[in-house]
Amino acid sequence: MNRHLISAGELTEQDALLILDTAEELAQMADRPMKKLPTLRGRTVVNLFFEDSTRTRISFEAAAKRLSADVITFTVKGSSVAKGESLKDTALTLEAMGADAVVIRHSASGAPHRLASWVKGSVINAGDGSHEHPTQALLDAFTMRRRLGRLGGLRVAIVGDVLHSRVARSNVLLLSTLGAEVTLVGPPTLLPVAVGAWPCSASYDLDATLPKSDVVMMLRVQQERMNAAYFPSVREYSRRYGLDAARMALLAEHAIVMHPGPMNRGVEIAAEVADSARSTIVEQVANGVSVRMAVLYLLLGGAEAQS
Amino acid sequence: MHAAQHEDRDPAAGDPAAGRTRRAPGSAGAVPGSTGAASGSTGAASGSTGAAPGGGRTGAHGGGTRAEGSRSVFEPAEIGRALTRIAHEILERTSGAGDVILLGIPTRGVPLAHRLAGRMEQVEGHPFPAGSLDITMYRDDLRLRPARALGHTAVPAAGVDGQIVVLVDDVLYSGRTAAAALDALGDIGRPRIVQLAVLVDRGHRELPIRPDYVGKNLPTSQREVVRVLLTEVDGEDVVLLGEGPGASGGDGMTR
Repeated sequence: MNRHLISAGELTEQDALLILDTAEELAQMADRPMKKLPTLRGRTVVNLFFEDSTRTRISFEAAAKRLSADVITFTVKGSSVAKGESLKDTALTLEAMGADAVVIRHSASGAPHRLASWVKGSVINAGDGSHEHPTQALLDAFTMRRRLGRLGGLRVAIVGDVLHSRVARSNVLLLSTLGAEVTLVGPPTLLPVAVGAWPCSASYDLDATLPKSDVVMMLRVQQERMNAAYFPSVREYSRRYGLDAARMALLAEHAIVMHPGPMNRGVEIAAEVADSARSTIVEQVANGVSVRMAVLYLLLGGAEAQS
Repeated sequence: MHAAQHEDRDPAAGDPAAGRTRRAPGSAGAVPGSTGAASGSTGAASGSTGAAPGGGRTGAHGGGTRAEGSRSVFEPAEIGRALTRIAHEILERTSGAGDVILLGIPTRGVPLAHRLAGRMEQVEGHPFPAGSLDITMYRDDLRLRPARALGHTAVPAAGVDGQIVVLVDDVLYSGRTAAAALDALGDIGRPRIVQLAVLVDRGHRELPIRPDYVGKNLPTSQREVVRVLLTEVDGEDVVLLGEGPGASGGDGMTR
């Protein structure tokens, strides 16, 4: 494993399976009364969040705390960044505090990559711009494997705003490494121009893709995109690419519905779908903690990797 | 801290003197074996010649897992007899109590725990729960090596609270694995008594840990490597003693 986790594309199949298997063991821990492990005692994990995020930040915080690491959460509001501090100065401050790992969420693609060259500790990308969100892809793969028992040959449809989605990008890279077949579905304006170069196929037709899918992953329609003329109206988007009960009926018996959250009920996913037995949305949150524990353990638990 | 924990549990684990007496036949039985081993090591001194008897066995079992230059010090039949004896000792010392749980430490402690449970069931006529307890996250040497994959933990559904837990491992060496297992067990519940059963005790303790049941006491030097092979994991039952770090690389050895 690398010292950092910046892109899901950097993970070899072996690395990815090691993370998933480790997470599987750690998931057991969630059921026992004593949820804490002493493994990262004395290590410091800094959560550096330049962008709002509730579930990812809390998930990383819970994961680090369950491994007994000290967690420092740094959000932009009210911090020195709001006073105009640069990313590099923030990084140097963290370095001086002795952070063993920095979990960073930033609105600029590539910020974690830049940060990695400035700090000695491990850098974990918790979402950078429209680039990547590797731990989300790992928890999605983990959820699929738990529900469906395998990843190889699994047919996964990722539906919605692929263009701006770091979740879609990381998922395509990780799932292709793990042998799943990904189809990206969305309106032409929301599929990247270079999608032909990605290790997946693309389609504009959701209804044709659904019967051939084992997993449907709905992406969030980001509010800020709605005014940017990527599609005529929210209602039209919802009619063509939203997953409602009628569309869900097209799915195979065993197929599952995923959503990285937070979801817009009634836009990309209907409430009755989100609350159905096929939906793994709540499981994904629980699995997120196990997967992030596995990542923290594998990056910080052993001897410092030579890099 | 480990010491304190262990001292707490030791008296409950039964009369140490009795344990030692009971172990005596085991070590007496080891005498011919170790005599053989001594002659074997004479051979080992002359290098490749020493490998000849071991080499013959390797061929017989087709074991690619065997390191060169190592020799067998514990044969399948002896291992079977030792486990049968330990099973009887556990029943004797716990008065055949129904609340005994065997927890193996991965990798090779797990099949040993299941074998002991099977033998105890044959004697008592009712099943004994067996499971596994991974201690990776509790090791004190985690930072000395790259992060390693976790083993599987499977504790019987009823839990361990108030029960007699017998920890089972293949080799007892520094005692650090056993100490880590006590920490791991403490996070799962609060057993009434904790005991330790090992197939091979090779000495060189670094912590105040003492086994309650021993398959065989194996005098070793710290340069030597003890390797336990079990049918469930390696395709054959045998304990090998080899020289130096060249023969290392598996589980159940220098720890």
